[in-house]
Amino acid sequence: MYKEICAKYAPTKDNLIYILHEIQDSHPQHYISKDAVTAISEYLKVPENHIYGVLTFYSMYSTSPRGKNIIRLCESPPCYIKGSENILRKLKTILGVGVGETTKDGKFTLELCACLGVCGNAPVMMINEDVYGDLSEEKVEDIIEKVRGRS
Amino acid sequence: MKYYRSHVLVGINETSVAAGVNNFIKALRAELSKAGLSDEINILETGPLGFFGKGICITVYPENINYENLKEEHIPNLVQEHFLKGRPVVELMLESAGRFSPKLNYNQRIVLRNSGIIDPESIDDYIGAGGYEAWEKALTQMEPKAIVEEVKNSGLRGRGGAGFPAGVKWSFTAPLDAKQKYVVVNADEGEPGTFKDRLIMEGDPHQLLEGVMICARAIGATKAYIYIRGEYKLCIERLQKAIDDCRNYGIIGTNIFETGFDLDIEIKIGAGAYVCGEETALIESLEGNRGHPRWKPPFPGVKGLWQAPTVVNNVETLANVPFIIAKGADEYKKYGTPECAGTKVYTILGDVAYPGLCEVDMGTTLRTIINDYAGGMKKGFKFKAALVGGAAGMILSEKLLDVKMDLASLNQYSAVLGSGAILVMNEHQSIVDMLWSILRFFRHESCGKCAPCKNGTQQLYRLITKIKKGEGSMDDVELMLTIAETMQQTSFCALGQSPIMAIRSAIENFRDEFIAITQK
Repeated sequence: MYKEICAKYAPTKDNLIYILHEIQDSHPQHYISKDAVTAISEYLKVPENHIYGVLTFYSMYSTSPRGKNIIRLCESPPCYIKGSENILRKLKTILGVGVGETTKDGKFTLELCACLGVCGNAPVMMINEDVYGDLSEEKVEDIIEKVRGRS
Repeated sequence: MKYYRSHVLVGINETSVAAGVNNFIKALRAELSKAGLSDEINILETGPLGFFGKGICITVYPENINYENLKEEHIPNLVQEHFLKGRPVVELMLESAGRFSPKLNYNQRIVLRNSGIIDPESIDDYIGAGGYEAWEKALTQMEPKAIVEEVKNSGLRGRGGAGFPAGVKWSFTAPLDAKQKYVVVNADEGEPGTFKDRLIMEGDPHQLLEGVMICARAIGATKAYIYIRGEYKLCIERLQKAIDDCRNYGIIGTNIFETGFDLDIEIKIGAGAYVCGEETALIESLEGNRGHPRWKPPFPGVKGLWQAPTVVNNVETLANVPFIIAKGADEYKKYGTPECAGTKVYTILGDVAYPGLCEVDMGTTLRTIINDYAGGMKKGFKFKAALVGGAAGMILSEKLLDVKMDLASLNQYSAVLGSGAILVMNEHQSIVDMLWSILRFFRHESCGKCAPCKNGTQQLYRLITKIKKGEGSMDDVELMLTIAETMQQTSFCALGQSPIMAIRSAIENFRDEFIAITQK
């Protein structure tokens, strides 16, 4: 599978970031496995340590398995002063996990992130590709219920 | 052309999409056709409307009435009352719509002149509004040297934060004799509180592309990359469509307008790193490496992407260029101040009545921006401070509300304009808390290349956490200043050089607060 994804791109180092994106997106657990790194390394003829270097540098990649839905709550100043800490507390309670952890049923991983550029509607979080703004503790509960129902 | 009695502009952006704007439009069309108004009322999907209401927002012309937070259940009433009987539905209107009269804005708009007026996904709309005239002029009537001169004369300075004159930057690269040169657009907007570039790209992607084209012609680049953050889904879609349309129209490609000039534009997607806003780190990222900044010199203008001469410009900077070429540097200089020409796009957030975006002349005071463009403070709140320029910016107190906001005037107060984010805080909010949040951000975003920044950001976070808990002393406060000053002098790039701005301004302007919390 990894080889097929790699083959969509020219074997040049600048495509590494895109290959990583696609491999991670296509993995049901949204992460980049050791096997994937080996496959990319062979394809691009770039040492594995370089790939790990890149992979661990950027916040969008993960080297460990994650849940089906990834929650990324913004913790930057504009969201912080609008109460993102309360939202975080609420999320931890509803999901029963800490930051960086995945729920037992494998449905959610809770992460924090830097500014998402939707500050007009702070506090903000993303679940997978979708943005949710003007969060309140009640709203968060609804959103999680809805997403849980979908998956 | 069809004549419509009324135009409904529907703002499409990340927020309204999340609020279900696509279904809303479908329902609105259905209701209008039920009422027999399909030929009279035109619905136009567009970008930011120039105000920032909640959820789905629309503006109705010619009455110029803004509605906010619309839901599908409002549609029948809206169609019956407003579109059929001509009586605006007051309870759905944006409270201070008059204050946000786009007229006030449009007089001063350069970058956002089409935003919220044309359909950003239609190249014909852009051309209809005078688009690509500047590109044609630059390509067929102007020598590259003349383009660089014009931009230099306009006094356009970089809008990404540092404020380096754009024309001067171009003039380093233009005369170099190289097989390949590149234009790179820095659309990796990551400064907390800043989303102006997102709104520029969502509202008028073609204007950015036209700026890129003119820059490419001026410096002799045949390839341009737009480095954009992965979270900006709608921007990526719209830019891609705009690029494809340009290719189909022969506006880019090979032998453009039979001049022999070739140009291709490609979008590159980032992977989440604040430091990649630094131009050399961005270039490293484009090459498939960790986003570590490079040693300068050589500057990217001489040795950039794959060691080829490369001009890296911010989105807003390039979006100014078509106006300069079409209307001339003198016309451009009518905006702004003598030292700092043009306009600036700000995003205003926090405890103001209407958070949003505006484009105003350089040199407009913070007071005017807050009062006239954001409706003043939120009811019941008093102004305490504003964080201007994001995390790399400064915390300004009431004393500085009347300082002109341009690079030269702010410089006198060793303040910076930064990215154009204005975050307003009310009297109940704690400056220490705010500073804690900023320093946590830097600790997280330090790239780890150089020791002063890697260790300094950790120590600053440790100290501010101690102070925030009430366990610190004024010695700790002074130590923060010393550390941040050392970082400013010794860090490799602007990231490590930045925390001093917020720390010094917070301590200078709100010293009492630090004294109070350390004596608790």
